[in-house]
Amino acid sequence: MTETTKTTGISRRNLLKTGAAAVAGTALGSGVITGFPTIWAQNPITLRQFGTGVSNLNAIAEKCKEDLGITLEMTATDSDAAAQRAVTQPDSYDIADIEYWILKKVFPTGVIQPMDTSRLTYYDKIVPLFKTGKLLPDSVIAQGTAPHTVGFVDGPDSKEFAKGETGWFTMVPTIYNADTLGIRPDLVGREITTWADIMDPAFKGKTAIINVPSIGIMDAAMIMEAMGNITYGDKGNMTTAEIDATIDFLIKAKQDGQFRAFWKSFDESVNLMSSGEVVIQSMWSPAVAAVRSKGIECKYQPLKEGYRSWGGGLGLAAHLEGAQLDAAYEYINWYTSGWVGGYLNRQGYYSAAMETAKEHMSADEWGFWIEGKAAQGDILAPDGTVMEKAGAVRDGGSFEERMGKVACWNSVMDEDRYMVRRWNEFIAA
Amino acid sequence: MNNLLMRATPYLQATPLLVILGFFLAIPILLLLVVSFWDYDFAGMYPDFMTLNYAETLGSWVTWRTYVNTLKFAVTVWAITTFVGFWVAYFLAFHVRTATMQMVLFLVCTVPFLTSNIIRMISWIPVLGRNGLINSGLVGAGVVEQPIEWLLYSDFAVVLAMVHLYTLFMVTPIFNTMMRIDKSLVEAARDAGAADWQIIWNVILPLAKPGIAIGSIFVVTLVMADFSTVQVMSGGQSASVALMMRNQMSLLQYPAAAANAIVLLVVVLFMVAGILRVVDIRKEL
Repeated sequence: MTETTKTTGISRRNLLKTGAAAVAGTALGSGVITGFPTIWAQNPITLRQFGTGVSNLNAIAEKCKEDLGITLEMTATDSDAAAQRAVTQPDSYDIADIEYWILKKVFPTGVIQPMDTSRLTYYDKIVPLFKTGKLLPDSVIAQGTAPHTVGFVDGPDSKEFAKGETGWFTMVPTIYNADTLGIRPDLVGREITTWADIMDPAFKGKTAIINVPSIGIMDAAMIMEAMGNITYGDKGNMTTAEIDATIDFLIKAKQDGQFRAFWKSFDESVNLMSSGEVVIQSMWSPAVAAVRSKGIECKYQPLKEGYRSWGGGLGLAAHLEGAQLDAAYEYINWYTSGWVGGYLNRQGYYSAAMETAKEHMSADEWGFWIEGKAAQGDILAPDGTVMEKAGAVRDGGSFEERMGKVACWNSVMDEDRYMVRRWNEFIAA
Repeated sequence: MNNLLMRATPYLQATPLLVILGFFLAIPILLLLVVSFWDYDFAGMYPDFMTLNYAETLGSWVTWRTYVNTLKFAVTVWAITTFVGFWVAYFLAFHVRTATMQMVLFLVCTVPFLTSNIIRMISWIPVLGRNGLINSGLVGAGVVEQPIEWLLYSDFAVVLAMVHLYTLFMVTPIFNTMMRIDKSLVEAARDAGAADWQIIWNVILPLAKPGIAIGSIFVVTLVMADFSTVQVMSGGQSASVALMMRNQMSLLQYPAAAANAIVLLVVVLFMVAGILRVVDIRKEL
């Protein structure tokens, strides 16, 4: 969603500030990644990658050029434009970097070719969340467009998603995270434990939710369910009656003055929080980091009902063949081989192949970002500034605690058009 | 031959304007009209002739409520800018004696316009916010106990920002008309025993009408088409017609947005026609 477009802005800015971190990462990486064929340097190949942008990072393109000799041309768009472009201009890209709910719309049109898992070197290392939907054997499968439900097809020409794991992978997952509510611990004045707390009369006029229909409706659904108002069949694919109930609830809350604002862009959410206009709101993790970097307390509060999660991956365009297809596989294998994973993990996102990423992170970084341990030394942002002081613990804890508690994935509903219309009513009410 | 050239001359002279208006006005509007009847889904637009876009637009109470809300902003902002604009122009035209000083003061009016629209709008936020200048001042001085909430993210904030942004569009044409009023008319009225307010009401106001009308057209069309001020200053709490269109466009529902644009165009054209019926602005030109 828009979320992804915004986060690139931040990352790019960070990148611009210093190439130092990237260089450091490169030095670290080049020691480990060896044995990749460099044939592409003699026979230059360009891959055009377009997508929603979280992983459209310049550092990745530079590193890819260095390791593989493949030139990556990256284009970032917002998610709706990405879906449209994927379908209408299938020859304009070689690699699609899109979220799973976009894939669900796009794949049946035949513009993406499934990957042969036997050609994916690190297929075994990909976390089971993307294969079975369960991070741990006892995890509950989340609602919405869970990646594993659109992850496999039966054969190279199949257009329908397979029920379980097959040898044909639609996309290699690259980046994902778990979203929750952001709070100002200094201003809320009490423990926040549930999504329902955003509707507490004590916070009247001090809350905000995101005004992007497909994400906002999910946050609203988490709130509704937490309050015990309704139990959804599937929050990620509501019936019209469920949409009506949710929107009517939102309209009533709005008219009662519960919300201070509805934000649309990343910077709006940062300003609302840092100015103290709101004390609890929908938020994305980079926005929480941005508020903290101003020296203002802000917490990405884990809630007992779980997280709303999103994830994206790389898909191969249907027209790829021959040397280009080989290069694309090479690129994807490189992508999952660890350097990129470590880079993404250090930004607070998660990499799909955790084992390989671990080799590219210091023990302290791994402990802080993935294991939920207190930082031994200062944790640095990619641009070298101090992100967290020694002793800090990541909100929500370890990777398993966070991604193991996903309640719902970003999704596309069958009643999408109706939902958007009702959402506009909510904003107009 | 000569005769033919003579007859063709006016047409040739009008051609450049015709070409420009055709390319940049008529054709885009025509395309908009065509697209508004098309079908669409997430992947694209499909040529069609269906009235569903209009049915959905006109049949929804959201549209009507949004129009009412937008009209409310238009009327409020229009009334305030007209009042303020009239008196600023009046002061400049009749109370400032030298032409140099008039121009200097007029330029002072335009100084804020040297910064961008967005900056002028956003700079209200730290002033009006819960912990903003006004609220911290009032709370600090003990005038109020709790910060006043409705200063920001409210209709008040929207109207305030719009008045700030658009008053000059009212001042300029009114000032321009007033400068053309023959001063001897005012003297004659005074000689005939008219009081100050009678001069303003019976002489200056009627003669300034074309300026007010032109200013009104500017302000009304600007407010009707505004989306950024409404989004930023109401914190997304309030809707406007253009904001509704922008929502549709961001979801790539272009035909629906086109239908909405056509409806808005018709409404605004009626409003402009209404203004022109009341005042004959050709006097101005």
